Amino acid sequence: MSSAIDVVQTRSESQPSSWSLWLRQIGAIFRLEIEKNFLSRRSLLIYLLALLPLFPLTILALLRPFIRPPGDEWRDFNQMSVFYSVLYNGFILRTVVFFGSAWIFMNLFRGELVDRSLHYYFLSAVRRDVLVVGKYISGLVTSMILFTGTTVIAMLLLYFPHFYSQSARYFTEGRGLGQLLTYAGITMLACLGYGAFFLVVGLFIRNPIIPALVLYGWEWINFLLPPVLKKISVIHYLNSLVPVPVSEGPFAVVAEPTPAWIAIPSMLGVTLVVLILAAYRIRHMEIRYGSD
Amino acid sequence: MSSPDQLIIFNNVSKFYGEILGVNRVNLQIAPGITSLVGPNGAGKSTLMNLMTGLLRPTRGSISLLGIPTDQPEQLFRKVGYCTQFDSFPRGVTGREFINSFLLVHGFDRKRANELSQIALERVSLQEAGDRKVAAYSKGMRQRIRLAQSIAHQPSVLILDEPLNGLDPMVRAETIALFRRLASEGLHLIISSHILHEVDMMSDRVVLLNSGYIVAEGDIHGVRNEMEEHPMQILIRCDQPAKLAAYVFEKNHVVEARLHDDRRGLFVRTRDADRFYLMLNRAVAEGAVNVESVAPVDDDLSAVYQYLIGTSGGSA
Repeated sequence: MSSAIDVVQTRSESQPSSWSLWLRQIGAIFRLEIEKNFLSRRSLLIYLLALLPLFPLTILALLRPFIRPPGDEWRDFNQMSVFYSVLYNGFILRTVVFFGSAWIFMNLFRGELVDRSLHYYFLSAVRRDVLVVGKYISGLVTSMILFTGTTVIAMLLLYFPHFYSQSARYFTEGRGLGQLLTYAGITMLACLGYGAFFLVVGLFIRNPIIPALVLYGWEWINFLLPPVLKKISVIHYLNSLVPVPVSEGPFAVVAEPTPAWIAIPSMLGVTLVVLILAAYRIRHMEIRYGSD
Repeated sequence: MSSPDQLIIFNNVSKFYGEILGVNRVNLQIAPGITSLVGPNGAGKSTLMNLMTGLLRPTRGSISLLGIPTDQPEQLFRKVGYCTQFDSFPRGVTGREFINSFLLVHGFDRKRANELSQIALERVSLQEAGDRKVAAYSKGMRQRIRLAQSIAHQPSVLILDEPLNGLDPMVRAETIALFRRLASEGLHLIISSHILHEVDMMSDRVVLLNSGYIVAEGDIHGVRNEMEEHPMQILIRCDQPAKLAAYVFEKNHVVEARLHDDRRGLFVRTRDADRFYLMLNRAVAEGAVNVESVAPVDDDLSAVYQYLIGTSGGSA
């Protein structure tokens, strides 16, 4: 060991104010986590999920010269928007965003327990609730970038390769851009809500796959539930916001969609409550890797 | 007498893992210097360290380090560094990035974090390997990089769980010298180790644990002196051991006197070592014997360990 180094003891180094310290710490946690979210081996699954809806649409776009449009209905933008709404509701939102968020947010803490590296955070001079915020924001940014990207690219892939000039007009002069932004916003809200749920599930439950599947089932049968129970779900509020409502079939129990001014604050409120629960949990958490 | 903000205080601390006992009714006050935790596997050493750093929460009782409770990590880890036994790292990082990233989480600005990382790397002689991936490090290097990470923010209390594991003899000696230097700077060092002669060499005091209970604590000679049920054994090398045996046997505090196999020394077991040494001085002064050397045989950690815990001390 080098004894030549003259160690200046800085045990009483001046510290910045609480808020600026917390922001700096959140920034440091965010940078570490975002790198892990995008570049670790675990992120491969997320990339695959995010690309999943784009494969068939890309193939469809590539085959465009060989497919003869069946008729005018193919060119009908109302039909196209219904088709996209079905794709978005049934596949992008309920499957890609749902499982993508589950994977990203459950691994924020659970993954570190599996890797036995969470103690490094716990042994740093950082409030554990600040750690929750830093990790949650990193998960949020990761999921929003990937899945909002999927939402936007999927919509553009559906419209543009087929009827470029009409699509361009639809997006610049028609309802296209508004719908695109609304879908992107719903995806972000879904990441926010599902993210908080899965973060807290990853903290409380050793095998979070089971509650994830339970919620997945609950979200899928939402259309069969009575109006009161419909409201105990994320998908109900997200569905209330979609610009092009789709029929849920003959067995669906019809309920009034929740207005946006209630749906959005409700989602944000529930997310906040869940994050407070996560912060409480993490403050009392012990590190016992053997039992995890 | 040290004030509470200079001490590590365990106040009637117990920790149970469900039905299983971790540690029970621990009352300790640890002053600056090197304190070693010694005991067999499962004695509760790591539990005690994890309790000290808030990785575990006590089932009963309270703990404070330099006056800071262990449930306030934002205060605690400005003053405390902990090198755990967990041999795991964030994936894909170099040694320098590993230290640096957690200094940034700590709240240091980038420039200061870089400086502190460099100092820590130099202290553990890893400055050249610092830019290599931790995944490519040997076990000893991984041990040293964890040590560097725990001292990088220059804490006042350093807790080290088996810090000498995996180090080669040269690096062990350097690491022990580093510990001594840190202790001389006024740090608290709490060290657990299986290697009793090294613990003996570097510790100011020891805490002996067995099955979750503190069996003894204090400086090793003090602990040894209090063990009245195990009289102290002393070897006296002299020219007339038989004569000396007859002389000492008359004393009440001497319970055994036995000639050495080479008949040039005498083993004495006494309940009062201080009185024995006074008596021996008188014998030498009176010219009764010529003494070549006097050495306690079981006044070390290995002997204390063996008496109190029951197995030989080579690998606690």
